[in-house]
Amino acid sequence: MIHIENLHKKFGRNPVLEGVELSIAGSGIHAILGPNGSGKTTLIKSILGMVCPDRGSIHLDGTPIRGEWAYRNRMGYLPQIAEFPSNLAVAELFRMIADLRQQEGQAWPLIERFGLQPFMDKKLGTLSGGTRQKVNLVLTFMFDAPLYILDEPTSGLDPRAMIALKTLIRERKSSGALFLITTHIMPLVEELADNVIYLLEGRVYFEGSLEQLYHHTGENHVEPAIAAIAEQTHV
Amino acid sequence: MFKILKYSFYDLLRSRWSYVYLGFYLLLGFVLLFLNQDLSKAVITLMNVIIVLVPLIATILGVMYFYNSREFTTLLLAQPLRRSRIFLGQYLGVAGSLSLSLVLGLGLPFALYGLFRSGAIWDFSLLLLTGVFLNLIFTALAFLVALANDNRIKGFGYAVLLWLFLAVIYDGLFLLSLILLEEYPLDTFALGASLLNPIDLSRTLILLKLDISALLGYTGAVFKSFFGTSLGLVISLGVLLLWTVLPTGLMLRKARSKDF
Ligand SMILES: Nc1ncnc2c1ncn2[C@@H]1O[C@H](COP(=O)(O)OP(=O)(O)OP(=O)(O)O)[C@@H](O)[C@H]1O
Ligand SMILES: [Mg+2]
Repeated sequence: MIHIENLHKKFGRNPVLEGVELSIAGSGIHAILGPNGSGKTTLIKSILGMVCPDRGSIHLDGTPIRGEWAYRNRMGYLPQIAEFPSNLAVAELFRMIADLRQQEGQAWPLIERFGLQPFMDKKLGTLSGGTRQKVNLVLTFMFDAPLYILDEPTSGLDPRAMIALKTLIRERKSSGALFLITTHIMPLVEELADNVIYLLEGRVYFEGSLEQLYHHTGENHVEPAIAAIAEQTHV
Repeated sequence: MFKILKYSFYDLLRSRWSYVYLGFYLLLGFVLLFLNQDLSKAVITLMNVIIVLVPLIATILGVMYFYNSREFTTLLLAQPLRRSRIFLGQYLGVAGSLSLSLVLGLGLPFALYGLFRSGAIWDFSLLLLTGVFLNLIFTALAFLVALANDNRIKGFGYAVLLWLFLAVIYDGLFLLSLILLEEYPLDTFALGASLLNPIDLSRTLILLKLDISALLGYTGAVFKSFFGTSLGLVISLGVLLLWTVLPTGLMLRKARSKDF
């Protein structure tokens, strides 16, 4: 479904992606891991067409995405930092995005799940961090899509919202969606992920299932396994 | 694109800036009419104000809107929308709301004063049309500068410098070069100089229409003797259009390769 070849991206003189190769197909949950600043967000934004890579190609369902835009209809994207026009009310935001996409969004069931009803008339600029993240989540999941890209979906969420989110992800997965998720929370990876992609120094340093990761490192938890991989690179 | 235009436009209508500008133009219109007591004289004073202030206001509001709507822009970029439409829509939203303030704010006082029964209506309409062009041109330039500078302070500074250059410094440089060049065949030089600056061009355009040679200045006089009045009008309008299309195109090109 997603096929990435030799992807390079520099910001000024700072090389961030240096030849990323990645091929992801079918359904399931793929966790993109890597230290802060390893380029996870940059990779995701390249797939979305928000960052323009210097070299390399990204294909989605066999067609290159360069210069395209309609393919974003087929994905739900959760940005790491939720940016909303601050003078808009929550309900207005949902209505505006549905209007711009010319698609009927299914916002209400999600609003109820995340308990956002009391906030619908509040201005986005006045919301707390966690509440903003919930709005961000509703916006991502209100359109059915075969591909969801979530950049740090759990940041700021309380335990109840966290459970609601995990349930939601599992439901969409079982109806055949593909997930790319970045996170620094390893228990979440153990709980949800089918596959792990470890990004380091601008490349995909490890890619495989959880079992392969354990086997590769001789550990039986993600946290020490990832630490072990990170260690290997320093030798 | 029209949906994005609509949202940008509403966004601006909800901000108090549109009303500040509307109020400013209303006040300007009434004060000018009160002081001049004569429609065609007021039109001339108005020209001098429009030619300098409209570009300044468009520059400032364009840069401010661009930086303040960054969240809206990044939100839109993740949606299935064409990048060029996102920026074109926002650009037209800003230039449109500025032009609405201009046309309403000046149109209302002049209409109340009996514009429609006066011979000055065509001069006045051309003045407003030129104002709309200046809005389009300087909003595009402001967007272009803001796109090229992530640092707000720098972007703001460069945009205002650009306005200062075109509105004030350019004329000074031109006069200076006239003195320095002396014997050199100046006419083509002057002609080029007036086409290369949208503010000068607007002034020439309006004065050609008003047919006031005394105010035309050197470039305007050359312009008139070279093209004649009617061809001069057509050509200056055409070049103004070019001045609108070019920065807009550059702005869209810049937007295409920018990282968000
Ligand atoms: N727009 C930008 N301009 C300049 N540099 C950037 C830009 N975006 C990202 N970078 C740089 O690229 C590098 C990778 O950033 P990125 O956000 O992709 O990391 P990340 O893996 O998502 O990190 P984190 O785990 O902290 O979210 C960082 O060094 C960052 O400073
Ligand atoms: Mg990140």
